Amino acid sequence: MVEFWWTYAWPFAVIVAESVLLLVVLLIVIAYVLYADRKIWAAVQIRRGPNVVGPWGLLQSFADLLKFMLKEPIIPAGANKGVFLLAPLVTCVLALAAWAVIPVNVGWVIADINVGILYIFAISSLAVYGIIMAGWASNSKYPFLAALRSAAQMVSYEVSIGFVMITVLLCVGSLNLTAIVEAQNGHWGLFNWFWLPLFPMFVIFFISALAETNRTPFDLVEAESELVAGFMVEYGSSPYMMFMLGEYVAIATMCAMCTILFMGGWLPPFPIPPFTWVPGVVWFSLKALSVFFLFAMVKAFAPRYRYDQLMRLGWKVFLPISLAAVAIVAAVLQLAALAAR
Amino acid sequence: MVVASLFFYLFAGICVASGFMVIAARNPVHSVLYLILAFVSAAGLFVLMGAEFLAMILIVVYVGAVAVLFLFVVMMLDVDFAELRQGFLSYLPIGIVIGIVFLVELLLVVAVWAIGTQVPGAITAPIPPLESVSNTEALGRVLYTRYVYYFQAAGLILLVAMIGAIVLTLHHKLGVRRQNAADQIARTPRTAIELRQVRPGQGI
Repeated sequence: MVEFWWTYAWPFAVIVAESVLLLVVLLIVIAYVLYADRKIWAAVQIRRGPNVVGPWGLLQSFADLLKFMLKEPIIPAGANKGVFLLAPLVTCVLALAAWAVIPVNVGWVIADINVGILYIFAISSLAVYGIIMAGWASNSKYPFLAALRSAAQMVSYEVSIGFVMITVLLCVGSLNLTAIVEAQNGHWGLFNWFWLPLFPMFVIFFISALAETNRTPFDLVEAESELVAGFMVEYGSSPYMMFMLGEYVAIATMCAMCTILFMGGWLPPFPIPPFTWVPGVVWFSLKALSVFFLFAMVKAFAPRYRYDQLMRLGWKVFLPISLAAVAIVAAVLQLAALAAR
Repeated sequence: MVVASLFFYLFAGICVASGFMVIAARNPVHSVLYLILAFVSAAGLFVLMGAEFLAMILIVVYVGAVAVLFLFVVMMLDVDFAELRQGFLSYLPIGIVIGIVFLVELLLVVAVWAIGTQVPGAITAPIPPLESVSNTEALGRVLYTRYVYYFQAAGLILLVAMIGAIVLTLHHKLGVRRQNAADQIARTPRTAIELRQVRPGQGI
């Protein structure tokens, strides 16, 4: 019994506690990320944005949360009820599950698994199911068309994201996210991070991340001027909120991945005292939030892509470039004898 | 170890049950969704065996790509399953025969493994201890050294299949005006704009 306690029950309790802590922090951060998104968008358009609930509108996201929770969920008569309700759950749970392997500081990670980056890639490739299921189960034209569009979009851009990840892996020689950050540690601070040697890959990753998370200029999924509200047009109240939440958590995951792969994760920009005194988690958050700022700015000033051009960009531009980059990076590492091990 | 076997039975049970539901479900889309559940539980079994790389690749390739295409096809096609099911009983004997052959072959494969203990050693590369290398690295070592020709051959076969599929479906219609992005980007004001002095009352 004592053995059972120490080998199973105690680690299990620790994992549960860590997960709950991570979830709470993540959800609060997401609430303010949503608020920041709206405020930045408003500022670019010289509007005020949300400013009524709480001081400077700071409680707006929580008011929205309450509103969604208290509304009545409506299930269309022709909908496939089980799949209809499963879809938002799938989206939300998968988006949150990705955070299990993301390290925010040395050792500050729930599951430090060997294949962390593959796990993230697998989870993000599953995210497409929430959308297809929602579109199909709604039993209506607009959601279905939007779901097909966005599934094709997400599958296309996953390919280039995968190749970009491979170029980083070649430089690191490990699939572990902690190892990827440690590989960027050096005397030159931010000039050791992978954004400098792999700059074209960083740009491709950022743009593909926009497409993967269905943000403007690739928000054909929602495309409110053409498709009403995309695949979630039949959803309301808490199921709709779960889609929203899943979307923003996926954006946060992509920001974190940008930070880990190209911007040195929790490492300070200069490895000298005033910077090294700041805890790693602060650097991590600052970097991830600045990537999110870019996401928000893109939303504010980029017009939407046409669908055929979106596909052209994914398959005819990003795929060849990232495929060539894998070969070039591998060749350079091999010839310069820089390859790991 | 108790917990590990509990999880084994959980994943294996879900896997078998959802495999059954794939053929039992009335709605073809539900069938594909059950297939996905079966894939995910199989990935769970791989993780239990310590083959985390295979588990993740299973999810990325089968669930993330292959099953999405399945879903696309099933949703787009107007499959009338009531009609398909009409011949169910007449095809049942053939199905059972194929199932039995498949089962016997599987049992034989496992039996060869169990009876001839020297066989695995003769046909597979020595497995490095898991403490020294992760299984991603161990797989990479055998795939790109000992089995590199087979690996390349498999890649070539897939490439040929892919090109075949593209050739079969590619139709170039003549007389369709296509957009050429490179041409559009290469346009300059000098070639695109012409400035004319227009005298009043004359036109161009």
